[in-house]
Amino acid sequence: MKKIIALFGFIAVLIACSSSDNEGEVANNNYDRTTLLTNWADNIIIPAYENYQSKVNTLSAEAAAFTALPTVLNLQTLRVSWLEAYKAYQYVALYNFGKAQDISFKEITNTYPANIVGIDENIATGTYNLTLFPQYARQGFPGLDYLINGLGANDTEIAALYATANHKNYLSAVVAKMKSNADAIVADWNGGYRESYISNNGTSVSSSVSKTTNSFVKSFERDIRSGKVGFPAGMFSEAPRPTDVEAYYKKDVSKVLLATSVAAAKEFFNGKYFNASGSGEGLKSYLDYVNAVRDGQKLSDIINTQFALVETTNNLLNDNFITQINTDNQKMINAYTTMQQNLIYLKLDMMQALNITIDYVDGDGD
Amino acid sequence: MNRIKNYLNTYSEASTLAFFRLAFGFMMLFSLIRFAAYGWIEKFYIFPQYHFTYYGFDWVKPIGNYTYLVFLICGISALFFAIGYKYKFSAVIFFLSFTFIELMDKTTYLNHYYFISIIAFVMIFLPANAYFSVDANQNRQKSFQKIPSWTIDILKLLLGIVYFYAGLAKLNSDWLFKAMPLKIWLPNNLNFPVIGPLLNENWVHFAFSWTGAVYDLTIVFLLLYKRTRIFAFILVVVFHLLTKILFPIGVFPYVMIVSSLLFFDSSFHQKSLEIIAKFFKSGKSVFSSANDKLIMKGNFFKIKMGILTAFVCFQLLFPFRYLCYPGELFWTEEGFRFSWRVMLMEKAGYTQFTVTDAKTKKSFHVNNSHFLTAFQEKQMAFQPDFILQYAHILHDFYQKQGINDPEVRAESYVALNGRLSKLYIDKTIDLAKDHESFQHKTWLLPFQDDIKGF
Repeated sequence: MKKIIALFGFIAVLIACSSSDNEGEVANNNYDRTTLLTNWADNIIIPAYENYQSKVNTLSAEAAAFTALPTVLNLQTLRVSWLEAYKAYQYVALYNFGKAQDISFKEITNTYPANIVGIDENIATGTYNLTLFPQYARQGFPGLDYLINGLGANDTEIAALYATANHKNYLSAVVAKMKSNADAIVADWNGGYRESYISNNGTSVSSSVSKTTNSFVKSFERDIRSGKVGFPAGMFSEAPRPTDVEAYYKKDVSKVLLATSVAAAKEFFNGKYFNASGSGEGLKSYLDYVNAVRDGQKLSDIINTQFALVETTNNLLNDNFITQINTDNQKMINAYTTMQQNLIYLKLDMMQALNITIDYVDGDGD
Repeated sequence: MNRIKNYLNTYSEASTLAFFRLAFGFMMLFSLIRFAAYGWIEKFYIFPQYHFTYYGFDWVKPIGNYTYLVFLICGISALFFAIGYKYKFSAVIFFLSFTFIELMDKTTYLNHYYFISIIAFVMIFLPANAYFSVDANQNRQKSFQKIPSWTIDILKLLLGIVYFYAGLAKLNSDWLFKAMPLKIWLPNNLNFPVIGPLLNENWVHFAFSWTGAVYDLTIVFLLLYKRTRIFAFILVVVFHLLTKILFPIGVFPYVMIVSSLLFFDSSFHQKSLEIIAKFFKSGKSVFSSANDKLIMKGNFFKIKMGILTAFVCFQLLFPFRYLCYPGELFWTEEGFRFSWRVMLMEKAGYTQFTVTDAKTKKSFHVNNSHFLTAFQEKQMAFQPDFILQYAHILHDFYQKQGINDPEVRAESYVALNGRLSKLYIDKTIDLAKDHESFQHKTWLLPFQDDIKGF
């Protein structure tokens, strides 16, 4: 027994000794997840949310102007700020964690197709609690899309409807909800979440790198690939469903929203600063750091090449996806397939190379 | 023939087997408690809607809330097994209940569960309660100082097979010449104190790979020889603790460390038991045996020997069944399980299904999360037998939903050991028309690469 105790002691010494040997020479060789997270927070995520917040503020001001004076001109101004905010949203939809997740930001902001029967009902009764789950499809950008683009046959008709208090109130409530959500998320990031986000720099499933990457991949899969293209093109149903397109009532902006979201995904992958030139650490540099080479090519290059192909294929689509689906759905299917290929690279090859577990899967391995 | 007879008449101290019985039994109890405490019974066996069963064992699946009862029975039998109370009966119940749990869902397949089943099965036939057990204490006539040596050696042999076969499996070009999959796994531990930064170095990946292979192939021999035994045990501890720290492999390292104590002299086991006895303040009497040697003979003994011999032969041959299948083993996984291929590959998949109505020809994609848990989906995505079984689950489900004779096709991509993901399954095949068997699955697409070696 003494031998065994001596033995464990020996092992302890052995481990302790080997430790002091290596410290100095290779300490700076460590991939710095803190730098990665700092870049994501300071140069990409927070600026994107702040930009979104400012666009929502404009939207809110224009909505107030319109409800105060519901003219066709004010409606058109409101519509422009709606689209600008909608585009800004595509840049933050990738980051569904922290406060955003807590307050169901994405579900409240962009569940489509909108439930127009529900919206009509809300307007008529004037009583609703927009935080509740059944209300998710009655607000956000798709709700506004219906409110400012779909209520009447033309702008005059639509503007005329806002003579009633119920319409005004509902529009204001929807915008107010979006504004309070945007404010809450930005306040949270600037009020301490940033620090805890960056300091959670480990590799576990609950670490920031894992959460952010999972959220990014999931958003590319569900929001961009399936939501914007797959569902309307009928990839998940027996027939195409043109009513499922994003911005169904405005009609001619589905493509620009898709293009914006793909650009956001590509820029995040490359660690590119939001709305500024230059780039820092990102998934690309992380992949390069672990020497992820597949079939003789850098995996990061394979993914970027595919992103370029995605952009080319998406660019062939009509601005109006309803038209596209009804005239030549094959182009929609091509867009889906090209994004599907990049999803496989991201969700399978990239996650594997970076050893990031998909969602919460634990248990033992061997 | 004479040598065999002589060997069967060699005796060893019963303390070795008693020590192993205690250590193994309590470790099993501890693992079961750990499993339950993590909430894994609910998560893996109660919560999922569907279960992936083993071919030929389709009737073994979780039985709702009674599953907890199976775990309880397993835990109690492990405890009785450990203390040697109604040993034979406890051993049978432990083997059956543990194996039942293991077979309920192959999503949770682990080589070390299989190892535990094997050891538990063999232990049924061994006189592990002849010494320092409740049975021996209650009925002194059943206590023995010495037992046949083969009853200890057979456990060493089974442990030896695990290590040696695991070592053989590492002798392949991916492991030795590409340092795969360690090249993918090790950099994940960059934050590990001290050696973390080293883990991204190419030479470290190769050093780990080669050391691992040599370790597995030689460790049993180093444990067998007295002169190298202490050194070998140090290696066992260091190796398994390292794997424990670097990889999420649960209790397996501890099972292996404790099992390797079997190779020590019986004096070590005797002393350990004495320390335990002292701790519980039981008198010296627990160590006095009524009989000197346990002599096993008669027809019952012959049957027992027949079963064990056949079992060991099976253990030696079964891992080589992959030779009966065409194609790359890592890719097709035909003959991969139950053959000590441990931590050999980094494989992941992305598999989506399309269901087509045979009459109207209308198709739609399936949302896997409506049917499977994240863990099940992960395992399903790269293993052909899971994919086939899931295709049948989908077929049956949608048939009930009113789809005419649903055709199920899979679009599956799989990435193996640092190769770019490739299409895995023939997209045009209606998987609902194929059935599980021991035959090669012809709808798997070729690997288009070569991994040489075992």
